[in-house]
Amino acid sequence: MTIRQGIGRAKITVHMGTCGIAAGAREILLVVMDEIERRNLDDVLVTNAGCAGSCSCEPMMKVDIANESAPVEYILLTPDKVRKIIESHIVNGHAVREYALATVVGKSC
Amino acid sequence: MYRAYLMVCAGTGCVANQSISIKERLETEIVKHGLQKEVAVVTTGCNGFCAVGPLMVVQPDGIFYQLLKKTDIPRIVEEHFLKGEPVKDLMYVPPGEKKSIPRMSDIPFFAHQTPVVLRNRGLINPENINEAIGRGAYEALAKVLTSMTPQQVIQEIKSSGLRGRGGGGFPTGIKWETCRNSPGDVHYIICNADEGDPGAFMDRSTIESDPHAVIEGICIGGYAIGAQQGFVYIRNEYPIALERLSIAIQQAREFGLLGRDIFAKGFDFDIRIVRGAGAFVCGESTALMASIEGKPGEPRAKYVHTVERGLWDQPSCLNNVETFANVPQIILRGAKWFSSIGTGDVSSDAWGGSKGTKVFSLSGKVNNTGLIEVPMGITLREIIYDIGGGIKDDKKFKAVQTGGPSGGFIPESLIDLPVDYEELTKVGSMMGSGGMVVTDEDNCMVDMAKYFLAFTQAESCGKCIPCREGTKRMLDILEKITNGKGSETDLVLLEELSNFVAESSLCALGGSAPNPVLTTLKYFRGEYEAHVKEKKCPAHSCRELITYTINPDICLEKGHGCGVCKKNCPDGAILGETKQVHTIDVEKCGRCGICSDVCKFDAIYVD
Repeated sequence: MTIRQGIGRAKITVHMGTCGIAAGAREILLVVMDEIERRNLDDVLVTNAGCAGSCSCEPMMKVDIANESAPVEYILLTPDKVRKIIESHIVNGHAVREYALATVVGKSC
Repeated sequence: MYRAYLMVCAGTGCVANQSISIKERLETEIVKHGLQKEVAVVTTGCNGFCAVGPLMVVQPDGIFYQLLKKTDIPRIVEEHFLKGEPVKDLMYVPPGEKKSIPRMSDIPFFAHQTPVVLRNRGLINPENINEAIGRGAYEALAKVLTSMTPQQVIQEIKSSGLRGRGGGGFPTGIKWETCRNSPGDVHYIICNADEGDPGAFMDRSTIESDPHAVIEGICIGGYAIGAQQGFVYIRNEYPIALERLSIAIQQAREFGLLGRDIFAKGFDFDIRIVRGAGAFVCGESTALMASIEGKPGEPRAKYVHTVERGLWDQPSCLNNVETFANVPQIILRGAKWFSSIGTGDVSSDAWGGSKGTKVFSLSGKVNNTGLIEVPMGITLREIIYDIGGGIKDDKKFKAVQTGGPSGGFIPESLIDLPVDYEELTKVGSMMGSGGMVVTDEDNCMVDMAKYFLAFTQAESCGKCIPCREGTKRMLDILEKITNGKGSETDLVLLEELSNFVAESSLCALGGSAPNPVLTTLKYFRGEYEAHVKEKKCPAHSCRELITYTINPDICLEKGHGCGVCKKNCPDGAILGETKQVHTIDVEKCGRCGICSDVCKFDAIYVD
């Protein structure tokens, strides 16, 4: 129900432009959803967006926690990296610096 | 878990525009792209923005798609749900602008609304009780049964300032209290869903989008007045509302929320649906109760009120759908919250203000027609221009008719009027159930009054003479005036007759039927006078009073006598040869206006 109202503690956006899909973004998205369901994180929204413009870094995803100042953009993802990001960043609140491109300035991308 | 929910509107308007087949197409396309485990399709009740249906809202991002066609669906699924690029050209674009607005909450139509009754619209599937419970349905009933006495419930409703949403605006708490205190073998609580006003669909949409809110409100009302049996009197012409309400009642019974010993608190209550055959007068309390009893739907004189002796001569409490839908929210969020919305002060006088929100169905000549919920006290200007998006085709606003066929017309000079019970009554109209019909410069006020009076006249049950005979004679006079046969004495007679019918009719149908006539006579007297004195219709709407003429200079110089008008005239009334000036034979002309529509050179004018 909270998902339908667009209210969540955290939001994960997977970039799914043609470049992203070619680099495996579909699999990344499915892993994200699987991991969230396994951990029963019902306050996390998952959505997809188009190409972020940095095609060589795909697959990419953006993690936006409601009370953090800026979202974090993760690059060159693999399923294992995704699982670690969800455990560390979403559940425990520590961004995984080595997988991050940079924090994204502003809230939209 | 799903990452996206596609909330497809399945209100009556969108269903009529093929939203069900759009939903099916969505499901096929989603399966085709292997997204069926990630993206869910949900059918919801009326979203409200009926003008742009069939529509769909994509959550959690709140992306709003409008005017969908089946052929758009493959593109949306591939671009948006697979690739993450919302499709811009299917989004809402405000009139006169080019840039689309992706999010529903940013669209002015929604941004100015305050949903209380319609808080679940577009968020739940109305045919699934679990979704309603997930949004808090029946929490108020639990609170009432476990922690409140009936007197406390009545006190809460009284201090909230809730007044009847069906038209009269009678304070709900006082009605409940009087009914509770009336002696009788049993008490009955009845929900009036016999919404008969042309152009009004508030109750219909409320039931279609959130039937459990209405059921819960009836249960709470039943507990408060000491009833064990509730009725919903709903018209049979509302098939979707009827079906969803039946499903909802059945599901509530299965969950133990209706029936014996609800919440194990010893409260027995059930609801029966009674289908009405569609007589307008059956929305009147005594006629409605007579109809439930199986008698002809005719009102009676109310020396004894229905709260004392109503259905089967027992104390009966009748409230409107919207009134009931407000009740659970008042119980949960408190009387103080409710009375903080709206106008006036109800702490000492129950009639002293209009509290809460009101649902209106906005129709007629505005850009954004649909269902809106706004706080009491909002001005007509905000409703028509901010929410309604202004008048269609940049025409000039003329008047707005509130309160259904028995409401009155409010002219442009009063457009900053705050909308509440007292203000509307003061200018000769009424809140009614919340119909709002906007008219522009092309509408003839005499003709509009005639239209609404023709409705109430046809729906008069015929029991009392002022209504049966009076409205008939009033209609005759209006016919005469619009046919160009009226005289100035007719206006005097019409006004006198209107006042007489209003004062001496048995029930509110006859009592309010003259409102459209009286208000137009008051605010648009000049238009009536033009009809009877000059035999002209200033809005060019009454056919008997207008003539079409071809301007010979334009016809010859610009059009070179093209003859298109002659070819298209269904009456053969246009004379003239190609390359020569054309003329109209007034005797033959049926005044349909086709010639003026087809003329590319604007050579044909109407007067």
